[in-house]
Amino acid sequence: MADTDLLAIEDLAVHFPVGGGMFSQPQMLRAVDGVSLRIRPGESLGLVGESGCGKSTLALSILGLVDPTRGRVVVDGTAVGTDTDRLAVARTVQMVFQDPYASLNPRQTVRRTLAAPLRLHGITNSGEVADRVAEMLRQVGLRPDQADLYPHEFSGGQRQRIGIARALILKPKLVICDEPVSALDVSIRAQIINLLLELQAEMGLSYLMISHDLGVVEHMSDKVAVMYLGRIVETGGWREIFERPRHPYTRALIAAIPDPLTRALGREKAHGEVPSPLNPPPGCTFNPRCPHAIDKCRASPPVLSPIEEGHLVSCWRAEELSTVRA
Amino acid sequence: MSGDMNLLEVEDLRIELTADNGRYPAVEGVSFTIARGETVGLVGESGCGKSITALSVMGLLRHPLALAGGKIRLTGQEIQDLPPAEMRALRGKRIAMIFQEPMTALNPLKTVGRQIAEMYVLHQGANWNDADARAVEALKQVKVPAPERRARAYPHELSGGMRQRVMIAIALACEPDLLIADEPTTALDVTVQSEIVDLMKELCSAKGTAILMISHDLGLVTDICKRVCVMYAGRIVEQQDSEMIFNRPQHPYTQGLVASLPRLGMRARHGRQRLTEISGVVPGITAYPDGCRFHPRCGRKTEICEKVAPELTPLADGALVRCYHYG
Repeated sequence: MADTDLLAIEDLAVHFPVGGGMFSQPQMLRAVDGVSLRIRPGESLGLVGESGCGKSTLALSILGLVDPTRGRVVVDGTAVGTDTDRLAVARTVQMVFQDPYASLNPRQTVRRTLAAPLRLHGITNSGEVADRVAEMLRQVGLRPDQADLYPHEFSGGQRQRIGIARALILKPKLVICDEPVSALDVSIRAQIINLLLELQAEMGLSYLMISHDLGVVEHMSDKVAVMYLGRIVETGGWREIFERPRHPYTRALIAAIPDPLTRALGREKAHGEVPSPLNPPPGCTFNPRCPHAIDKCRASPPVLSPIEEGHLVSCWRAEELSTVRA
Repeated sequence: MSGDMNLLEVEDLRIELTADNGRYPAVEGVSFTIARGETVGLVGESGCGKSITALSVMGLLRHPLALAGGKIRLTGQEIQDLPPAEMRALRGKRIAMIFQEPMTALNPLKTVGRQIAEMYVLHQGANWNDADARAVEALKQVKVPAPERRARAYPHELSGGMRQRVMIAIALACEPDLLIADEPTTALDVTVQSEIVDLMKELCSAKGTAILMISHDLGLVTDICKRVCVMYAGRIVEQQDSEMIFNRPQHPYTQGLVASLPRLGMRARHGRQRLTEISGVVPGITAYPDGCRFHPRCGRKTEICEKVAPELTPLADGALVRCYHYG
């Protein structure tokens, strides 16, 4: 791993045994199956994919909440697993959840919610705790005098601000944002997106931005990785991914956006639904849904390989598929 | 009424919410029409009244919500006060509805084939044998693979996309005049969403079914609908052609919504710019402000906005806007 990487994921695989009993073998669910990713300090990586593609398992393994079956996750120079010191990981990596209604304790005041991580990490001087809570609330656009209110007394957007404050109060380096705005009202989303970008600039944060909303990902990310059935199928800078997408799945995601702005970019759609990760199709796992699949795609899986500087694609036909969006 | 009669006319609709010993207008002064085969969208954020407007058309409002005024006409006939039995005969036959979460709308104890067949038996007096056969046909029409086998499946055995196809098959079974779709794809993955939307468009345009589409997603609604009504805090604030709503929104709220969306392709064209925020929050139903309900969040408000609610102003091309300072 290069010294400059804050997060380095190398050939990570996380498999879960499913079912099985006294007389039957469990099946293996390959939630993450050979993923390599890097995030540098201050950089944002957008992770795109549909439900069941392994995004959340990937997030859990970065937080050290599941063990790799293969490969490793290195955060700020330390390999992470379930036997790693949780407190040490928590000082470096924090998470902002999708649903601010579900992720805050309704019976705790904001002050208690924000003070808990500080106390856990040895900051017990009550004056200092109060100062840091007040300062953090100010940073996320709330008033320090709101610290003694309960979550239900806030609006959805304000609750997400509290969720962000809780994630940032320990001054982590990497923040995993799992669909940070999709549970919010449309007119509130811009406020939270702007806030996340401001905080990134102020605190030098790195983001792993998990979202299915490509508009949000384009707006917030430096690099983008597209995930399908446990693997990265395409990765590159945001321009490469959104201006010159090469993988048919990436193109299908773009074509699926119902926006007059992208409507002009063509309608190269995917058909059917994501197959079960318990029983993925042979060859390229996207082949049953791919408009360009040929025999080779059904026979052997392609590998992620560079197609231009910093732009990797896992598709047998990436070279021949024109760079112009069909 | 004009010569070419509208399929649906909603006129000055008022829906009240009973709460905290008071009655509050959850929807007020909502009027719109849908011609035969036309596609109209109701767009707004949660709590704006778009779903309960649709439910009132279906005659499905329940306590604490109640219709408190206005008329709903289906091909000229007032249906807002129909007795339950007559409304039931209408529902499913002439107006059908699909919901956001097909798993909660389908009966978990009956095969999907039976749930489709029920429509033919209840509304068309078919016998069960014929109805079962037609259910397989209906599944074929909504492009469910292996329809004979799937007809015998229970909802939990199907994926989310398949379930929504079944919902569409049920809704369109009796070839209704109007399909109400309330966030039909919100629970689905994006690639599946786009397939379901294409299917709805294709089937409805082939059968001449009008669509009333309810969604918070302006892009999705303009993709399906010819005309869009934007709702805010229980009122329609703007009605426009879909083509125009992104390019020339008139109401400050619509303008704010369009400008606040990070749309794919914007960064490549204009660089990363700070998103325009709409300040404040959507008011609760029990605390709607006087005057224009958007005024506490509006950058253009003047004295009159705080006191007197603006009426809908007609613009060119049949567009309407509820604002003193539109444009």
